[in-house]
Amino acid sequence: MAELNTGDGGGKKGGGKVRSKKSNAKVDLTAMVDLAFLLITFFMLTTSLSKPQSMDLGLPDKDEKDKPEKDIKVDQRRTMTIIMGENNKVKWFHGLLEAPEPNGKPTDAQYGRNGLRKEILKRVISVPQVTGNKDKGLIVIIKPSKKSNYRNLVDVLDEMAICKVPTYAIVNEITGEEMKLVDEMNK
Amino acid sequence: MSKKSTSIDMTAMCDVAFLLLTFFILTATAKVPEPLPVDTPSSTVQTKLPETGLVTITIGKSEGKEQVFFGMKDRAIRSGALDYMAQKYKLTFTDTEKAQFALVDEFGVPIQSLKQLLAMKGTDRAKAGVQPGIPCDSIGDNNQLQDWIQAVRTANINEGATKELQFAIKGDAKEEYPQIKRVMDILQDQKINSFNLVTGLRGKDY
Repeated sequence: MAELNTGDGGGKKGGGKVRSKKSNAKVDLTAMVDLAFLLITFFMLTTSLSKPQSMDLGLPDKDEKDKPEKDIKVDQRRTMTIIMGENNKVKWFHGLLEAPEPNGKPTDAQYGRNGLRKEILKRVISVPQVTGNKDKGLIVIIKPSKKSNYRNLVDVLDEMAICKVPTYAIVNEITGEEMKLVDEMNK
Repeated sequence: MSKKSTSIDMTAMCDVAFLLLTFFILTATAKVPEPLPVDTPSSTVQTKLPETGLVTITIGKSEGKEQVFFGMKDRAIRSGALDYMAQKYKLTFTDTEKAQFALVDEFGVPIQSLKQLLAMKGTDRAKAGVQPGIPCDSIGDNNQLQDWIQAVRTANINEGATKELQFAIKGDAKEEYPQIKRVMDILQDQKINSFNLVTGLRGKDY
């Protein structure tokens, strides 16, 4: 694509004036553009533009002596327990396992907007109405079983953030009755 | 038929190319090679990880084994942390090794074989299988992860930092919960009850 120099070369015709040689003002930019795009490609591939996100997680103090004397009793109408099992399976129940709240029997669910979120959102609204106190909202107890994976934990914590659940806790103790649920789920 | 010139005016294209080039050079931060690549789970949170004062604990699986890697963002505290560890494990590091260590972003070797790692070239360190991970068994007294956390916090105070270090857990999405729990427990044993979980960004319509 080199420029053709067409400014002169005709020589003298008809005894005209001798003109000074006009050099071509155009520079061939092809190579420069090539170089620029090469560098752009290099920078695009070697740099990370998006910084990773981070989710804040605060856990209660583990220290024995700071623990309150007795376990605090909470209204079972407020608690919803989510048990996570193997292979992205999840079960939830509302209230106590022995005596679940209406429509709160242990149920299988799926992660995501049509599964767990619907149930949580429903209860985020209904629980303060049942307790009659705006400050006494839903409490979600997250119980990851031994076989559950990290993605599931982050998914559930994400649901808490999306649904704006006022109180939630990760509890590592799974009782015998709940263990049965886990076994049933993992089957 | 008139013969048209085949050359195009490249000036505008050149302008655009260099504008983009300038943009990329100015906005970009260099990608750090990761010795233990992990696939982080995604979430909808928007908060970004802090740039400074951050310690990353990477939990992942490589060649079928659970591995834990340790990374410090601030260069200033790296050598301080190494001094603490050297004292604790009765090892000595030369000044060149210390200088080398200050350039290491993330590592996963027991302190006893850190010397060999520092002697390696940077590209060799990132190879799979070179770094076996930091020992962090809660049983027995070979919990080096705990010592590193202690070391980095001590170094942070000695540096005169006013802000507490933040700890981020970067776990692989497929990692089983007890593995993550183990690292959380080690952090909690040192009264670090608040930490960040590193996640990727999820699509809007999740």
